[in-house]
Amino acid sequence: MREVRSNGGPSARRELDLLFPGLSRALAGRGTGFLLLGAWLSLLALAVYRRPRIAEFISHPTGSGLVALASLVGLLALTWIAGTRAVDPGDPSGAVPACRLRSDRRAAIGIGLLVVLGSAALLAPLLAPFDPDLIDLGAGRLLAPSASHWMGTDELGRDLFSRVLYGARVSLLIGFLAIAIAVTIGTAVGAVAGYAGGWLDALLMRTVDLFLSFPRLVLLITVVALFEPSIPLIVVVLGLTGWMGVSRLVRGQVLSVREREYVQAARAMGYGSGRILRRHVLPNVATPIIVAATLGIGNAILAEAALSYLGLGVQPPTASWGTIIQSGGDRLVDAWWITTFPGLAIVLTVMSFNLVGDGLRDALDPRRGG
Amino acid sequence: MGLGRALVAGSGVETLIRYVGSRLLQAIPLLIGVVTLVFVILHLAPGDPTAIWFNPSIPPEVLERMRESMGLDRPLYEQYLHWLKSFLTGDFGYSYSQFRPVSEVIGDALPNTLLLGGVCLIVVFGIGMAVGAWQAVRRHTAADSMLTFVTLFLYSMPGFWLGLMLILAASTWLGWLGLPVSGMTSVDHSLLGPLDRISDIAGHLVLPTIALGLGSAAGVTRYVRGEMLEVLGQDYMRTARAKGLTERTVILRHALRNALLPVVSLLGLYLPLLFGGALVIEVVFSWPGMGRLMYDAVLARDYPLVLAASFLFAVLVIAGNLLADVLYALVDPRVRHA
Repeated sequence: MREVRSNGGPSARRELDLLFPGLSRALAGRGTGFLLLGAWLSLLALAVYRRPRIAEFISHPTGSGLVALASLVGLLALTWIAGTRAVDPGDPSGAVPACRLRSDRRAAIGIGLLVVLGSAALLAPLLAPFDPDLIDLGAGRLLAPSASHWMGTDELGRDLFSRVLYGARVSLLIGFLAIAIAVTIGTAVGAVAGYAGGWLDALLMRTVDLFLSFPRLVLLITVVALFEPSIPLIVVVLGLTGWMGVSRLVRGQVLSVREREYVQAARAMGYGSGRILRRHVLPNVATPIIVAATLGIGNAILAEAALSYLGLGVQPPTASWGTIIQSGGDRLVDAWWITTFPGLAIVLTVMSFNLVGDGLRDALDPRRGG
Repeated sequence: MGLGRALVAGSGVETLIRYVGSRLLQAIPLLIGVVTLVFVILHLAPGDPTAIWFNPSIPPEVLERMRESMGLDRPLYEQYLHWLKSFLTGDFGYSYSQFRPVSEVIGDALPNTLLLGGVCLIVVFGIGMAVGAWQAVRRHTAADSMLTFVTLFLYSMPGFWLGLMLILAASTWLGWLGLPVSGMTSVDHSLLGPLDRISDIAGHLVLPTIALGLGSAAGVTRYVRGEMLEVLGQDYMRTARAKGLTERTVILRHALRNALLPVVSLLGLYLPLLFGGALVIEVVFSWPGMGRLMYDAVLARDYPLVLAASFLFAVLVIAGNLLADVLYALVDPRVRHA
C-alpha cells in the first residue's frame, strides 16, 4: 500500500522504484537510497549468479540450504519494502532515542557492519565459493591466499573463506542464544530481588556475588570439560555465567521505580505484582538491558572463541571461528592465514557490537555525549 | 561506599580494620559457596577420575580399590563434608594426576600467575590512565579519534588470538628482537647469574603481558577518557583557570586527580577478567601458572586440584575486590581528611 504524496518526486520515478527500490531516494542524493539500491542489486545478482545452487537447494532441501533460501527471499522483501516506502522528509519517525541513534555515526557504522555480517552468515551456503567441508589432500593443501581461495586453504585442503563464512553462523548463533538466556535469567532474578526485597533479595544478590567471584572462563572450562562439549551445552553455560550484570541493573531500576507515585497508584488500584512489574517497571529498564545485551553478545562470542581454541568448544568438523584458529595453531608460521583471518572476523564482529552498544548508551544517556 | 561513611564517622585506622574484618567474614560464606558449586558440578558430570586411567588390563577390583582409597565410594554428603572440613583447615589433599600434595603443586604455580597478573595490572592501569587522560585533553583532534578507534579495535580482540599473532610476529619479521615465545625461563636458566635470571624471566614476560593486558588497557583507556572529559567540563576547572593556574597544574592537579578516583573501582572489575584471560594466555605461551594448571587438572579430572584451583581463583578475586574498596577509601581525600 503506497501513499501518494504531493511533495514526492515525479510519479515516473516512483514507478521505477517498484523495480529498483530506493532509486528515487538515490536520485534525490540520499545515502539510504544508494544503500538500499546497492543491497537490492547485489542480492539479485547473487540469486542470478547462484542459480544452479538455488535449484539444487530446492530439489534436495537441507536445513542450511533452506535457511539460506528463506533469508535471500526475506532480505529481498525487506529491501523492497524499505525502498518503495514513501518518505516524508519532515517525518520525525521513531522515538527520540532512535533519532539520536541514527545521527550517531559510530552506531550507524556498527549497525551497517552487523547487517552485512548477519546477512553473510545467513546466506553462507549461497555466498561460499566452495563446500566448507570439501577435502582436497592433493595439491590443494595449505595454499596461501589467492584469487580462487581468498583466505587460502587449511591442512585438509578446505577453503578457508567458506569455512569462515559458515563459522559466522555458528559463532553468531551461539552469541545470540547465550545472551537471550542470560537476559532472561538476569531480568527475572533482578526483578524478583528488587521487588520482593528482604531475605529473598539478600539471597539472590549473594548468589550474584558468588558467580561474580569466579573468573567466567574458569567456570566455563570446568563445566564444558567435564561434560561432553556440544553447542547446546556451550550456549547454556555461557548464558548461566553471563546474567549477573543484567540482574544488578534490573534490581537497581526496580528499587528506584518501586516507590514512585504511578507504581503506588497501580498498587492502590489493586493490580498484582506481576502486572506492575511487566507494565510499569520493566519498560523503564528495557533500554539499559538492550545496551547490556549488545555488549554481552560480543563478550559471549569472545568466550566461545576462547573455549573452542582450548578444544573445549565447538567440536570439529563443525567450524566456529575459535575452532578454525585452534586448527591453525600448530602451523602458525608456515600457514599464518588459518589463524589470522578467523581472528579478524571475530574482531570485526565484536567491534560492531561494541560500536552499537556504545552508540545506544550515549543516545540514551544525554549526560555522556561523545 | 559503606567504608567511606564509616571512615568519616569513626576514627581512621580502627574503623578501617573493623571494616576489613567484617568484609573478610562476609567472604567466608562466599568461599563455601564456591567450593559447593564446584563440588556439585564435578559430581554431576559423568565419569570419575579413574576413567582417565582406563585400561582394560587393570582388573575391576583394582579400580574399585583405587576409588576406595580416593574416598569416591563414600556417600556424596560425606565426601562433601570431608572436602569442606579439609578446605577450611587449609588441607587441599593429594593431586590424582601429579602424584604430589595439591598445596605443593599450587605453591609452584601461584607465584608465576601472580607475577604475570601483577605486571599486567601495572601495565594495564599505567597505560590506560596515561593514554586516556592524554586523549581527553586532546579531545576531538585527529589523534584522539584515531586512538579511540585503536582502543575499540584492541578492546574487541580475543587475547589468545593477539597472543598467537604476537608469536607469529616474533618468529618471523620481528625475529631479530629474539623475544622468547614460550615458557617462563630459558633452558640454561639454572646456569645463569642472578641478574641474568631476572632479565631472562623479564624477556619471557613481554609477549604474555602484552597479549593478556592490551585488551584491558584499551578498556581502561576508554573509561579514563570518559571520566576525564566529564571532569574537564566541571565548574571548578573554570575556577582553577580563572585564578591563573598554569594549564599543566590545572590538568595534573585538578582534573587528573579527580578523574582517576573512580578508576580504582575498575580494579575489581578487571581482576576476574585478567585471571580468566590468564587461563588461555598461559596455555598459548606455556606459562607454568594457575591457568595452565587448572586447564590440565580439569582435563585429567583431578578433583582435588580443580577444587583447590577454583577456590584460589575465587580467593584472588574476592581479595582484589576488597583491596579496590580499601584503596578507594584511602585515595579519596574527602574520606582521608574527615
